[in-house]
Amino acid sequence: MTDVAHGHVGGTGISNVKLGMWAFLGSECLLFGGLISTYMLYRGRVTGGPRPSQIFDIPFTSVSSFVLLMSSLTMVLAVSAAHKDDDRKTNLWLTVTALLGTTFVGGQVYEFTAFYKEGLGFSTSLFGSSFYTLTGFHGVHVTVGIIMLMSLVGILTRSSMPGKKAEVVEIVGLYWHFVDIVWIIIFTLVYLIPV
Amino acid sequence: MAIIERPTPAAPVVVTPTETYGLLKRPVSSTGWRSWVFTIDHKKLGIMYAVTAMFFFIVGGIEALLIRLQLAAPNGKVLNADLYNQMFTMHATTMVFLFIMPMAAGFANYFLPLQIGARDVAFPRLNAFGFWSLLFGGIFLNLAWFLGGAADGGWFMYAPNSGPVFSPSNGVNFWALGLQIAGIASLTSAINLIITVLNMRAPGMSLMKMPIFTWMITVVQFLLLFAVPVITVALFLLMFQRNFGARFFDVAAGADPLLWQHLFWIFGHPEVYILILPSFGIISEVLPVFSRKPLFGYPFVVFSGAAIGFVGWGVWAHHMFASGLGPVSVAVFSVATMAIAVPTGVKIINWTLTMWGGKLWFTTAMKFAIGLIVLFTVGGLSGVTHSIAPSDTQQTDTYYIVAHFHYVLFGGSVLGIFAGFYYWWPKVFGKMLSEKLGSWNFWLMIIGLNLTFGPMHILGLQGQPRRMYQWTEARAGEGFFNLAFWNSVASIGSFILAIGILIFLINVWVTSRNPQRAPLDPWDARSLEWMTSNPPKEHNFDVIPTVHHLDEFFHRKYEEDEATHTMKQITTAEDLIAEQERNADRHIHMPSPSYWPIVLAFGLPVIAFGLIYSYLIAVVGGVIVLFAAFGWALESSTAPESDFENPNSSAELVKHD
Ligand code: HEM
Ligand SMILES: [Cu+2]
Repeated sequence: MTDVAHGHVGGTGISNVKLGMWAFLGSECLLFGGLISTYMLYRGRVTGGPRPSQIFDIPFTSVSSFVLLMSSLTMVLAVSAAHKDDDRKTNLWLTVTALLGTTFVGGQVYEFTAFYKEGLGFSTSLFGSSFYTLTGFHGVHVTVGIIMLMSLVGILTRSSMPGKKAEVVEIVGLYWHFVDIVWIIIFTLVYLIPV
Repeated sequence: MAIIERPTPAAPVVVTPTETYGLLKRPVSSTGWRSWVFTIDHKKLGIMYAVTAMFFFIVGGIEALLIRLQLAAPNGKVLNADLYNQMFTMHATTMVFLFIMPMAAGFANYFLPLQIGARDVAFPRLNAFGFWSLLFGGIFLNLAWFLGGAADGGWFMYAPNSGPVFSPSNGVNFWALGLQIAGIASLTSAINLIITVLNMRAPGMSLMKMPIFTWMITVVQFLLLFAVPVITVALFLLMFQRNFGARFFDVAAGADPLLWQHLFWIFGHPEVYILILPSFGIISEVLPVFSRKPLFGYPFVVFSGAAIGFVGWGVWAHHMFASGLGPVSVAVFSVATMAIAVPTGVKIINWTLTMWGGKLWFTTAMKFAIGLIVLFTVGGLSGVTHSIAPSDTQQTDTYYIVAHFHYVLFGGSVLGIFAGFYYWWPKVFGKMLSEKLGSWNFWLMIIGLNLTFGPMHILGLQGQPRRMYQWTEARAGEGFFNLAFWNSVASIGSFILAIGILIFLINVWVTSRNPQRAPLDPWDARSLEWMTSNPPKEHNFDVIPTVHHLDEFFHRKYEEDEATHTMKQITTAEDLIAEQERNADRHIHMPSPSYWPIVLAFGLPVIAFGLIYSYLIAVVGGVIVLFAAFGWALESSTAPESDFENPNSSAELVKHD
């Protein structure tokens, strides 16, 4: 009798890795919860620096938010292609997702630069510190996601991935969707609701 | 370390790694230091966790003795005020984050898979990574001692006291970054053990047939999963403030100093349950075994543990009664805190009723377990006195609080850990710790403990503030309640306590030199971890057991006698294990050792070092992390089939270097 101790589907019927990603995302909820609470506490404290309404460019950020949302769609297409074992399409959609993500991060870099020029530095005020920390953390999450997507593409091309391909794509997808959902919350709370 | 193991005969079979992912081939050593450093075996990692924790216990203990020496007599000269601040900060940080938590992680890693009849954990490499993060984080934290002074803001590091104005040395930076790294260990172990419990239980083991220790550990992992990110946020804010000029705790910029307190205690109160529940789990295993009865009210113990896990999230502000929260918040948190004493009391009743009418066997493990019940109750009661906010306003920041948390932590967590040592030693090392030395160990600890922390109730109620670096004769007062007398009692007590712990270390040494092997089932135990050899084989079970009962192992040894309705023994552990060996599974592939966990973990302190001293170093650390992450992702956790020698062939062991 053969028993491979790993990679098997156990008690819950969900694989270890996928369930592990779910647990990790549960933990991430509290990470962002803490950061968002900090921002909400401090967003009105500007000590002479610019206030949120003076610097936010809502149309711009709406567009970049839309781009990020679309990347969730392309991620879904990638997962579905992976399930159909279509390597070419999987690669294509993963790459598009990564590009959309990169566009979003690029937008964020542009936005940060613009805000900085308008006088909102990291140390300017409590608003500044907590704004850059919250959105920066999110940006880092997107960036990590992009790295994972591009690595996936690289690995799929070399076709030397341990484990089931479709599952790995799906798990990276879980992370990606989570990061998108967090952005929707951040966008609403930070940009749309006035102080 | 063998990657494939044939249960019989015992000789491990070696593999040749054929594939190279990234840059390094898989490590294959089955002996020597490499077999430890690159291991991903949950049992080896469990031992490594425990050894690390023991080391930090000694470090933290020395710090404690220095504190007590300083306070033994008026106008103490052992430490200056600055060093004293560093000493109590690092003492508490070490004991909480580098001793009790890793020790619990050690027990959990070793025994949880065994108790659920699994051969390993869900994420073996993640497990190894967690251990190395903890070790490197702990070392990093303590490096501050040699690099300009350790952290000095108290273990809860309140803002704005933790800012550069009041804590100018790099100590707080080391503290924040070191805890961040050690916190990774908690997060990975939480994910790993939760998934292990959910997915890898032996067939038939429903959640309500799970051993109680495993249950309590599971609750703790959920607490960690959700509490660690909160302190992570707090530590990031602190680090950004100190290293990058953020304003989070800068009152001049309008910052709210309570932000830190809320974040810290939203983590901090669940944390105290993270510290105590593993020990509750341990003694819930020990008490039934040495009372020769099943645990009384198993479902109550499970659900009260889970209830503590839930309610524990709603009481954090009882640490902030004196901070001006306002009457409504204070009232709510006061009542919630009283409520949390209920599930705790339920457990105490369950343990007592487990012993009630049992055939008690007073081994050292049992004594420690009973010690926990008694002393934890004392601490719980003083806890209830703090839950009454007006009363707490008098007690807060005095030695009375110090008495409370040492009764729950030393009298609770630490005694539970020692019960675990004596109970499980034969399982892990195949030898029995000496009961005679154990008795000395126990009684000296109990006497020392009460002499040290008992008087602190008096000191506190008499008004001695905590974290005070000197006291003077003039202000000590007189009569029975004078501070001088009770301070010296506490200091004498601390040395008795230290001798008690020293005797434990001597016991370990003596036992290791004693050639006598322990019997397979020395305590007539009840749970599955005892249905393995001493120590367990690398793959734990020759056959994965199918579970029919809570206390499966007991029910395999005993059967109810229809006539008399008593349990009578039908077989022995030796026979059960021999039978397993006869029917052993062949061809068991265990996950394979890996370089990546330690390499990845090593990158973290390098990054942290760089954040303090030079971003160039941080970049180097980042490259290490990225490199290791890719190596990790490209390597599958179990070596490919073709690497394994066919267990049926008679080929010679494959040689490798
Ligand atoms: C019956 C259950 C308990 C109750 C009602 C309780 C209540 C409290 C309260 C109200 C405080 C704040 C006192 C103050 O600072 O003024 C406190 C402090 C503390 N408790 Fe408990 N507690 C309980 C159990 C525990 C347990 C099980 C542990 C740990 C194993 C623990 C560890 C601590 C620690 C470490 C502090 C001090 C934190 C600090 O200020 O540094 N408590 N407790
Ligand atoms: Cu508390």
